[in-house]
Parts: sequence; structure tokens; C-alpha cells
Amino acid sequence: MRFMGMNKQDWILFIGFSVVTLLGPIIFSPIGAGYPDLLQKFAIYGIFALGFNILFGLTGYLSFGHAAFLGVGSYTAVWTFKLLSMNPIPAIIFATIIGGLFSAAIGFISLRRTGIYFSILTLAFAQMSYNLAYSVLTPITNGETGLQLTQDDPRALDVALGRDYGAVLPSSDLFGIDMTGYPGFYFCGVMLIICFFISLRIFRSPFGMMLRAVKSNQNRMNYTGLNTRPYALTAFIISGMYAGLAGGLLAVTDPLAGAERMQWTASGEVVLMTILGGAGTLLGPVIGAGVIKYFENIFSAFNDNILEQAFSFLPETLQHIMVQVSSLFVGEGWHLTLGALFMLIVIFLPGGLMEGMRRIRNLFVSKPPGGTGSGGSADTPVQNPA
Amino acid sequence: MSKFTINRRSLLKGTAAVGVGLATPTIFSSKSWAAGYTNEPKGGTVTFGFNVPQTGAYADEGADELRAYELAVEHINGGGDGGMLNTFSSKALKGDGVNGKKVVFVTGDTQTKSDAARASAKRMIEKDGAVMITGGSSSGVAIAVQGLCQDAGVIFMAGLTHSNDTTGKDKRANGFRHFFNTEMSGAALAPVLKNAFGTDRTAYHLTADYTWGWSQEGSIKKYTEQLGWKTAAAVRTPLGAGDFSQYITPVLNSGADVLVLNHYGRDMVNSLTAAVQFGLRDKQVNGKDFAIVVPLYSRLMAQGAGENVKGIFGSTNWHWSLQDEGSKAFVKSFGQKYGFPPSQAAHTCYCQALLYADACQRAGTFMPSGVGAALEGFKFDGLGNGPTEYRAEDHQCFKDVLVVKGKENPTSKFDVLEVVEVTPRSQVEYPASMLGGELGPYNNGG
Amino acid sequence: MDAILLQILNGLDKGGAYALIALGLTIIFGTLGVVNFAHGALFMLGAFCAVSIKAVLGLEKVTLDPTQTTAWGTPLEIRQPYVEAWFGDLGATLLEYSVPVSILIAIPVMLLIGIIMERGLIRYFYKRPHAEQILVTFGLAIVLQEIVKSIFGANPIPQPAPDSMQGMVDFGAFLGHEAGNVVYPIWRMTYFLFSLGVIGLVFAFLQFTTFGMVVRAGMADRETVGLLGIDIDRRFTIVFGIAAIVAGLAGVMYTPILSPDYHMGMDFLVLSFVVVVVGGMGSLGGAVLAGFMLGILQSFASMNEVKEIIPGIDQIIIYLIAVVILLVRPRGLMGRKGVMEG
Repeated sequence: MRFMGMNKQDWILFIGFSVVTLLGPIIFSPIGAGYPDLLQKFAIYGIFALGFNILFGLTGYLSFGHAAFLGVGSYTAVWTFKLLSMNPIPAIIFATIIGGLFSAAIGFISLRRTGIYFSILTLAFAQMSYNLAYSVLTPITNGETGLQLTQDDPRALDVALGRDYGAVLPSSDLFGIDMTGYPGFYFCGVMLIICFFISLRIFRSPFGMMLRAVKSNQNRMNYTGLNTRPYALTAFIISGMYAGLAGGLLAVTDPLAGAERMQWTASGEVVLMTILGGAGTLLGPVIGAGVIKYFENIFSAFNDNILEQAFSFLPETLQHIMVQVSSLFVGEGWHLTLGALFMLIVIFLPGGLMEGMRRIRNLFVSKPPGGTGSGGSADTPVQNPA
Repeated sequence: MSKFTINRRSLLKGTAAVGVGLATPTIFSSKSWAAGYTNEPKGGTVTFGFNVPQTGAYADEGADELRAYELAVEHINGGGDGGMLNTFSSKALKGDGVNGKKVVFVTGDTQTKSDAARASAKRMIEKDGAVMITGGSSSGVAIAVQGLCQDAGVIFMAGLTHSNDTTGKDKRANGFRHFFNTEMSGAALAPVLKNAFGTDRTAYHLTADYTWGWSQEGSIKKYTEQLGWKTAAAVRTPLGAGDFSQYITPVLNSGADVLVLNHYGRDMVNSLTAAVQFGLRDKQVNGKDFAIVVPLYSRLMAQGAGENVKGIFGSTNWHWSLQDEGSKAFVKSFGQKYGFPPSQAAHTCYCQALLYADACQRAGTFMPSGVGAALEGFKFDGLGNGPTEYRAEDHQCFKDVLVVKGKENPTSKFDVLEVVEVTPRSQVEYPASMLGGELGPYNNGG
Repeated sequence: MDAILLQILNGLDKGGAYALIALGLTIIFGTLGVVNFAHGALFMLGAFCAVSIKAVLGLEKVTLDPTQTTAWGTPLEIRQPYVEAWFGDLGATLLEYSVPVSILIAIPVMLLIGIIMERGLIRYFYKRPHAEQILVTFGLAIVLQEIVKSIFGANPIPQPAPDSMQGMVDFGAFLGHEAGNVVYPIWRMTYFLFSLGVIGLVFAFLQFTTFGMVVRAGMADRETVGLLGIDIDRRFTIVFGIAAIVAGLAGVMYTPILSPDYHMGMDFLVLSFVVVVVGGMGSLGGAVLAGFMLGILQSFASMNEVKEIIPGIDQIIIYLIAVVILLVRPRGLMGRKGVMEG
């Protein structure tokens, strides 16, 4: 095997990515995001978006049902905890496999159609999963409350190995390392790095080229006598496995699986993450995931008190006005900021945040286009309104 | 092979970076390990976490909860007119904060989703150093956050959550609930329904298809069937069904003469609106007037149903028109600050904040096991519900339950409900073992 | 039998709403080639037109009565709507009929909103990929609903039908059944007839006017129409405005059935997309047919007898039908080849 078919730039990108991920607690603390839960979410949704990008970014198939695979992954992981062991390794393995199987079934049917018909099929499957998980399937999913661990779960493997958690509710641990807090983040972070590496390999492989060909002109591919569906289905399954893994990791860091994870808005979220960061780029989806999770957790927490402190340098009336105006956009108004951000990004930066970075970089360095991180996606021509 | 050399070198660099990275967490986490319990307040302040729905269908209720919390913090720190602190039977709080520390708070958005609520609570615990989490507007969220607080080693003071499970099947040592539950609603409503509609009735249930709905349906069925009522059918409706007409029409010819709507919030508004539109309120069946019952009423939500609530029975945890000293004091300080009366959600949240602060003061610590011991079996009065007890066995408050009815001639848009009867605590009490579940030991975290 | 009849009636008013929303959506698809995720928001804006008009009509004169106090100690406010104070009974009637009155006002308002949306935003996205159209219109939908929330709050707002239209139509008596068994609210019947009327008007407009002919031609082959020297862009602006009016009117008339809140647009969004796709992208007849069909099937799936056989069927019926139809008929019921498949 050649050394993984990646050139020097790819390796720099990969190593840089790994370093940033592992130094996350230090890098993100100045912006108030350096606490374990949010870092875990960054890594987990980063994986989710990376996987989605393999499908959407490369083949152009817009799935509106990927949250279903995330949810299935979570349920699988929690059930693995309950039945087998609190060790996260079997949980994420099963989550990935079941996520893959589930996506194979849905993908097989949905990929019979293209364009928006495909999107609606995936949406329909995901909504059915959500509605059933919320109500009729409650014995398996514990419905509204979400699937939780209990003290008297069987945990066959743990029992066989003689592990007893006593009278407290166990939490997942990797051979004695508790999977909450920073160790939990590092576990997710390592997974993210592995997933990023796989994604990088796929982007650079002949298979990745094939997927891009599916996106650019499927008809032509078909005329050349090549059946594109197996390729699209493989991409679909890979992205489903990524989603299953992400769902499993959600359960590892916080052993609860709720049905809301499968709702169409959750599927929409990963679409937004990917496009916001830059669909078809390597880094973009991870960045998009980070931005959205940051908004959700940090912007929603700003209340009037915090705003008053922030504007306390202003004279009182001005301070009052500023608090009034800005409170529309933070705290309970954080959705408004998010909506406005989507619009601005799409209008002015159709390639997502990655394109913004590229443009800024191009201001300083004049480099041939298609450098690191662009992932080879053709730059969409920018149309600025009026 | 030259390529490989470069890669190996960069890999070595990478490994070094990983090593540095792995070493960093101890810098952060060592602080919390040294403490006696999770987020032990060291400075002059103590942080409470208010986790309420700010987006989604319950955003208005969440906003009202937040108002109540801000008021409670103001009163605990000695500001304002003191509200219910003046009427509260425990006089431990002196208006100078708790245990000599000023109370500050952080807020977060639950979105009425378990995941988002837990993420928000985790942020408060991990980043903001909150020593107690409170709030919420749904049972699923309450149970999810309660589990999280148990794991993290902080106290959870439940907000509006009505399912039996919160202090039943899913109870946790670190969790406490002031609000009532479906069991109490059933027990309180049954005698009133008997007086109003007699014992020979056939009920038709429409039930929101999730845990709280089932809990509610079970309790009402149990108590009405004890009265001698029959149950014609119990139909599950999807959450957020929007228009409920397709579930209402089968009621018309079912032979039932009572419709029980086990819905809350927006679903309640929509199903009630549809039921009234189909003339069920004015219908005659089996020679009797058709009746509609909404077991859990929310004044805030009932406003959305407008005139449709007139004459419809239900139960509620508290109502602002109550005339005891505690309620009057609370309505006065809330009304003067915000210009309208508080909802039952605001009331329960205000009480929870006060009760927690008082327990910490009496215990002299914020350590969960200490605070919990101070709350267990705590008897108090003057918080608007009459004599109340935090039962030690399941951390559930026991108090009188209000049976209310939609008012026929409201004088303002807040004056939607009138109190029909106050069912005494003795009638709604049940043994803690009945609902199952295990409290388990306190977790102080640390 | 009665039960089935009732569920058909139920399906008709539901179907009317689905068809109206889907109609506008599919017109926009067909002519402009835009996937408009803000269409649900237009429905919501229509509903809030009615709410605002009622609020304006109901503006109250507040006088303080110092002899009485509220529970929190401030003087009691005595409120009387200005229209009643000024116009007496006429004012009271106006207030009561605020929903029908809103229709007249909602038409120009929605047209204006539609034109602003199209000129200010949508037209820059005609040639962009569908994913970007979805993202920008979804962002717009969020912004619109958050603005509505910050003005009107998150709770549903009651919007009763006029008293004279709150009764029931007794179909049982018509058909010789026992009276009172097959009754249906007048307002819901009105909604059904109203939706038929609007659908008829839209079809007539597209079928019998020159403008409509050009638009239909544009739907079939946009480039050729442009080459013929017809300013297709300006017409498309008006088409978007019409779609906005249709969605808005559906919203206005729906308020007595479902108390409006800021989130109602999102609730209908997914559903209306399913309707459009089942009907076939860009097919007007398909959207109407699918709207009524899904409405009726949803009603039937909610019957106890059906739910006993297949638990939870009422929760997934819409999606299940969408899957089946798309697998059997690749482009929906009446879809044309080549639309929205890329």
C-alpha cells in the first residue's frame, strides 16, 4: 500500500486537525466553550456532519432523514450498556453496525429515486421512525422520557467479568476511565480524528472520484454502462454508519437516548451544519457543527443580567436600549440569530464558512486554487444580490 | 519512500502533541476533584441554574418560570418586598442570601427536548458551577434532567412536571418535586366529578400518546371507575396533532357522555377547541348533559382556548385568585413587578427556589446529602398551598389540590379559572411504594 | 356508516388546507424552480394577519378605576374596545366578524409580502442549487417566525369564528339518519367550500387569462418563453405573490379551527412538502388531489377500528403513503418527467 494515497498537504491537514482537536479544551476556553459537554458535542456532531458530507458533499444526494440513524445508534448503544457491558467499545461497535444496517435498508429503497423525491423518501422514513419511537415503540425506546439505564439492568458481560457497580447508577467507563467529562471528550475526539482520517481517505480515493462523478452527471455515468446505484448506496451506508457512531457516542458520554434525536428538525440540523461549513469540503462540516452547537449552548444562555453587565460601560439609558435590542438575538431569541446567520451565509458565501476562509486567505497569499481543505469541490460562482 | 519519512516525522510531532493534549485535562479537572462536593461555592456567591423552555411550544410558560425565579432570587438576596418569604413558616432565610453567600443565577434553554435540556444543564454544572438545577415544563425533560443531576451530584428541584414517574418509577435521591402529579389529580377530581355529574357516566378518553398522557389516563380511569363510571374508549392521539377533529367525531356516536382530554399545552387548546366546535359542550347524550374534563389545567395555556374553557372542570397546582396570605403576597410582588398575575408554573418554580435556599440555610451547607436531609420530611406552610410536607420516601410534596372550572364570566383575560373545591391533602395521599422506583443514595459528586 | 361519513367530512376540511398550501408551493416549484421552505411561514403570516387585524380592531381604551384594585394592588383597568366606543353595535359586529374581514385585508398584505420576498431574496436564487434555496428559505422561515414570536408570544391565540357561524350542519337529517349523529361545524364546511373556491379561481386564472397562459408556458419551457421576448421575471414575481396570497388565505381561514401560534408554519411545512411530492412536483392538479386524498386517509387512519388493527398507524400514515406512492409512481401522482430530479 502506498502511504495511504495522501500527499504532504493532506498529512499536514490531518495532523493539524488532530492537534486542534486534542488541544480543544485549551483552544476553546477563551470563547467559553472549553467545558467537557460542549467539547463532546463538537466532536460528536462533527462526526455526524463528516458522515453526512460523504453522502451529500460527494454524491449530491440530499438526505433529510439522517437523524434516524443517529437515533438508532443511540438506542443501540444504551441497550448494549443495559444488556452487555458499560464499556463503550462494544456500544459504539454495535451502534455503528446497526446504524449501517438501518441505513442500508432505507438507502436501498430511497435510492430508487433521485432529487427531491429522494429527500422526501428519507424524510418520510425518519419521521415514521420518530413517531413510532415516541409512542408505539415505547417498550423499546421508553418514549418521551428517553431510554435510561437502571440499577438492575442485566449487564451480562460485566457480571461475567465480576464487575459490580453497587447501589449507584453506573456510568460508562473505558477500562476504569469514566467516560464523562474530559476523558469522555478525548474518547470522542479520538473517534473524530479517526473518522476524519477515513473521510480524507475516501475523498482522495478512486471511490471518492466515482462519487463525485455521480454528482456531476449521473445520466452520463449510466450511459457509459456503469451502474451508479451501488456507489451511492455505499456512500449512504457509510454516512449512516458515521451517524450511528455519533449516536452511540452521544449515549457513551450521556447514557440517555431520546426520540427527539430522530425528528426531522434534527435531520435538518445536520444539513445546515454541512452547508454552513461548506458542503463537499473536508473541514467545513466539522466547523459548521461546531458553530451551530456553540450557538445553541452559549447564545441561548445570555440573559438580561449578562447583557447588562456587558453593556455596563455605557450610560444607563443607552445601556437599557442596547440590552433591549440585543436581547432579541440572544437568550430566548437565539433561533433568530441562527436563522439570520443561515441567510447571510448562503447569500454571501454559498460555499459556506470554508469559502469565507479561502477568500480571506486569498487576500493575503496568492496560491493556486484547490489547496488544502478545499476537498476538490468546484467553487460555486458567487452571486451577490444587488 | 521519501514521502514516508516526512510522514513519520510529522507523525512523531503529532504524537508529541497528543501527549501534551492528554496531559491537559488534569489541569482542568483536578480542581473539581479536590472539592468536597460538586461545585462547592468558594467565593461570596452561590450559583443556581434555571433551565426553562425558551423556544418551542412552552416558551411562554418558560418565560413565566424565569420571571418567578428572578423574583425569588431578588427576595432571597433581600431585594423587593420579600414576597412569600414573609409568609413562609420557616424563618431561616434572613434576606442576606444563603449561608452568607449572595445568590446569582445562570439560565438555559431546554427547548422541551431531553437532549437539549441535559446539554443545557451540563453547561450550568460544568461551566458555570451551578450547585442546583431547577425548572422545566414537561415530565420527559424533568426525568431526564433529574437523572443527570443525580449522576453529576447536584440537587434538582423539578419545575412543572405532572407525571407520576418523576417521583415514582424514575425518582432519584437528588431530585425533589413541589408540583402535584396525575395520581393526585385523579383522586382530587373524582369526588367533584361525582357531585357534578353523578355516578352513572360513560367516559371517552383522548390521550396524548406519551408517558405523561398514559399516566394521566390511568389515574383518571382508576378513580372514575371506582365511582362507577364506565370507560367507552381510550384513544391515543399523536403529540402535536394540530387539528383534532378526526379524533373528536368518533365521540359523537360512541354513546359516551363525558370526554376526558388527557392533553396539555397546545394539544389541550386544540383538542378542546375542536370538541367545542363539534358541539360536545352543548350536547345531550343518554338524557344527560355532555361534559368535558381537562384533568390538568394551565391558566396560561387555557387562555389560548379562549371562550371554549367555560364550565370545563380540571385540576391545578395553584391559582392566583387564592386568598391565603402566601398567595396574596406572591401575587402582589409578582404583579407589581411584571404587571400581570403569575401562572401555576411560576408559582411552583418560585416555591422550589425558596425551599431549596431555605433547606441550604437550615443545613448550613450546599452539599446535596445535607440539603436533602433538610428537605426530607420538611413540613411548611405559607407558600400558597396550605400546610405542605416534602415526603421523605419519594421527595414529593403533599398538599391540598385545587379543582377548578373555566369561569363563565371572566373579568379580565387572566381571570379564566375559578376554584371549585380544595381537595384536602388526606384525600390525595397514597403510599410511596405504590408507584415503585428507588430513590437510591444521595450523590454529592465531587 | 355514520362514522365513515364523518371521517370523509373531516378529511375534506383538512384536505382543503393541505391542498391550498401545497398549491402555492407547487406553483412556485413549477414556475420558478425554487424549493421554498418559507412557504409554511407564509401560511403562518396569513394566520397572524387575522390575529393582528383582530388586535387592531380590538384596541382598547383603558381607563383606571381607582375605587377597585387588582389582586396585586394597582388600580383596576377598565377596558373597552375603541371600535365599540366609537361605532357602538356596528363596532361590535366588526370585531366579531374579524376573521372574514381579515380576508379582504390579507389579500393585499400577502401580495406585498410575496413580492418583497421574491424581489428581495428569492430571485437571486433561481439558478442556485436546491440545497442553497432550501437553506436560505429555511433561514427566512426561522427569522419570520421568531419575529412573530417576539411580538405575539409563543402561546396559541384564540380566534373564534363569528357567532352566526359557530353552529353545526346536520347531515344526518338530510340523509334520513337519526338527527344529531352526523353533524359538522359550519365553519369547517365553510373552509372546505372556501378552499374549493380559491382553487377554482387559481385554475381559472391560469387557464383562461393571457397572463396565465404565459405562466403555464413558462412552466413548460422557461427559456423559450424568455427568447420570445416576454418579460418572464416580472410575471414570476406576480406568480410568487399569488402563491403567497393562497397560503395566506389558507392561514386566515384556518385560525378558528386551530388557534394560531408562531410555530404553526413549521408544523405544516413538512406535511405540505409531502403533499406536493405525492401529487407530483409542479403539478397543480396533483397537489389538490394529493391534499384531499391525504386529508381523508389521515382521518380514516385515526379511527379506533383501524388503530386496533395497526397501532400507531395514524402517526405515520402520511409518510407511509408518500413512500408507497413514490415507489409505485416515481414522479408522484401527476408529476412530469424531469422536474426536480436533478
